[in-house]
Amino acid sequence: MLREAKLLRPVGWGLLTGALLVPLAGAGRAAGFALAVAATGVVWRALQHGRAARIVADAAAAAHAIGNRLRSAADLNRRSLLIIAAAALIVAPLVLNNYVLDVLTLAWLYVVLALGLQITVGFTGLLDLGYAAFYAMGAYGYAIASTRLGLPFWAGLPLGALLAAACGVGLGVVTLRLRGDYLAIVTLGFIQIVHLVLNNWDSVTNGPNGILNVGRPRIGSFVFSDPAHFYYVTLAVAVVAIGVNSRVQSSRIGRAWMAIRDDEIAAEAMGVPTTRLKVLAFASGAAWAGVAGVCFAGKFAFVSPESFTFFESIVILAMVVLGGMSSIPGVVLGAVVIVVVPELLRGVQDYRMLVFGAALVLMMALRPEGLVRRGLPRRRLGTAT
Amino acid sequence: MFLQQLINGLTLGGVYALVALGYTMVYGILELINFAHGEIYMLGAYIGIIALGLFTALGWTEAAPGLSLIGAVAAAAVYCGAVGATMERLAYRPLRRAHRLAPLISAIGVSIMLQNVVMLTQGSADKVFPRLSDAPTTFAVAGATVSALQLWIVGVSAALMAGLTVLIRKTRLGLAMRATAQDPRMASLVGVPVDRVITATFVIGSALAAVGGVMVGLYYGVVNFFIGYVAGIKAFTAAVLGGIGNVPGAMVGGVVLGVLEGLGAGYISNEYKDVIAFVILILVLIVRPTGLMGEHVPDKV
Repeated sequence: MLREAKLLRPVGWGLLTGALLVPLAGAGRAAGFALAVAATGVVWRALQHGRAARIVADAAAAAHAIGNRLRSAADLNRRSLLIIAAAALIVAPLVLNNYVLDVLTLAWLYVVLALGLQITVGFTGLLDLGYAAFYAMGAYGYAIASTRLGLPFWAGLPLGALLAAACGVGLGVVTLRLRGDYLAIVTLGFIQIVHLVLNNWDSVTNGPNGILNVGRPRIGSFVFSDPAHFYYVTLAVAVVAIGVNSRVQSSRIGRAWMAIRDDEIAAEAMGVPTTRLKVLAFASGAAWAGVAGVCFAGKFAFVSPESFTFFESIVILAMVVLGGMSSIPGVVLGAVVIVVVPELLRGVQDYRMLVFGAALVLMMALRPEGLVRRGLPRRRLGTAT
Repeated sequence: MFLQQLINGLTLGGVYALVALGYTMVYGILELINFAHGEIYMLGAYIGIIALGLFTALGWTEAAPGLSLIGAVAAAAVYCGAVGATMERLAYRPLRRAHRLAPLISAIGVSIMLQNVVMLTQGSADKVFPRLSDAPTTFAVAGATVSALQLWIVGVSAALMAGLTVLIRKTRLGLAMRATAQDPRMASLVGVPVDRVITATFVIGSALAAVGGVMVGLYYGVVNFFIGYVAGIKAFTAAVLGGIGNVPGAMVGGVVLGVLEGLGAGYISNEYKDVIAFVILILVLIVRPTGLMGEHVPDKV
């Protein structure tokens, strides 16, 4: 088993990375790190070969069988599960504390963002690294309108969406001719410029200090100020986003977008209006980001340039990739995982970013296609469509 | 003022060119934008400081400041070459067959890891570059001040770029690199050890970036774990400006960007000087995506 599993390899990697770490971290910590890497690698490899692998596989199969038995015993089908989940989500604020509610609210917010980016990257294949710029448009647009013009939240939502969508149209038109990596680079430059402007245009954006006292949503005299209120607001927006995206995915436009993703020239040859649809993809994705931005500003009542960086774009992109690009449940799951897991790691605060970076690398090395396999909309055969 | 900003710009431009070369070489061979390259530059600066610290403790810096500086640069280059090779082997090679986004996200992950490793082990405060001599020598040329350090940086950058050009044009490794960049599968069919060439590309690119890092550390006197991010984006802009994948283009792009930034900082505004780089980037990509010296690659149907 030793030779077959090539157990010496991880030891080698452990020693190498440990050696590289010595000048930075000193011999003691580097040695500890080397040991950790080697041990993890050895255990990982050992589990994939020989008896250990069989035990793990048997356990996994047994768990799967038990799950199936339980499901058929309770006679649960997909619809019932959804109803149970919906009930749990709606009842949640009554039983959970404010901290958990805040985390969940953030999760729903990022679900909206991830779904928007999914339109651009997942459906249409346009690699947008500057998505956070649209997020900023919505947030700052509403913040400025609210603090200077007294615009109410509910009017701010469509305003944010339109503002962001207009930017999306602009970016789309400008990048029409660019393919793949070049498109990514332009969007990267775009978010950098937006961030710099937000940081330096003091007269409008208040620079690094941000904008305070942004108006909270209100209906009549009732002001949304409780974490539970925002939980419902963001949950509602997320549900709408999921619904819209699902319908769009199986619609003509959605299929046209996916045709562009798979082979733009062939799509063009088949009559797909690629220009219009690419711009629409940018604008639609941007619109969702704008909506999310308004919600963000309304909840925290404060916006600052720090929340709208290239890194933010990457986090949202990671959610889409983790979720498997074109699978909506996958992307929702990806967003929730990426928001919730760092909260669970709060104890080791300093190492959070390091773990996130390592997680990105590992995720790509182990399962680049994401959590859920590429979910194509399923068609029922035998019915006219 | 023009001359002064020009000189400052040329100095920075040399460094941008060195870092840009790494980006362009890796893109030429793998079609991958190595986001972690900027962090290699940052690592080079830190290793330079650590090495110099070691030499000072050993008493070598007092005795031979020039040699110990060269030693520090060499140490940084070797170290970063090793990091680059490891990075390629662990984070990029397993993804050769995966979809286009996978290596990109992996690169971003590596970049975040490197930044945080340095922040956690070296602290988030600025780290000071040890002073080598007390009185920096300066010359006055036509109303502008040129420091010996600036001359040294420009000289070293030019020498390294010349060396790289010789390597690529005249040696077997260079030939192998060009072949792999042109068509990796064909190159492997005619016997080029593609994997080793790719590793060598990473090593050379990282070594160059490390030298750039040490020089910038000397120039500004302080470094912190975040310098890789901004410099990385600018160097990447330089590579795109010259035509990504094009080696002489990266050299030209670096110098041009440095000069433009120097002039912009002087004449337009110092705060927005970073914007200059990004605006140039976007303009170049919209107007001429292949860059100043790139070739137009037609879409094959």
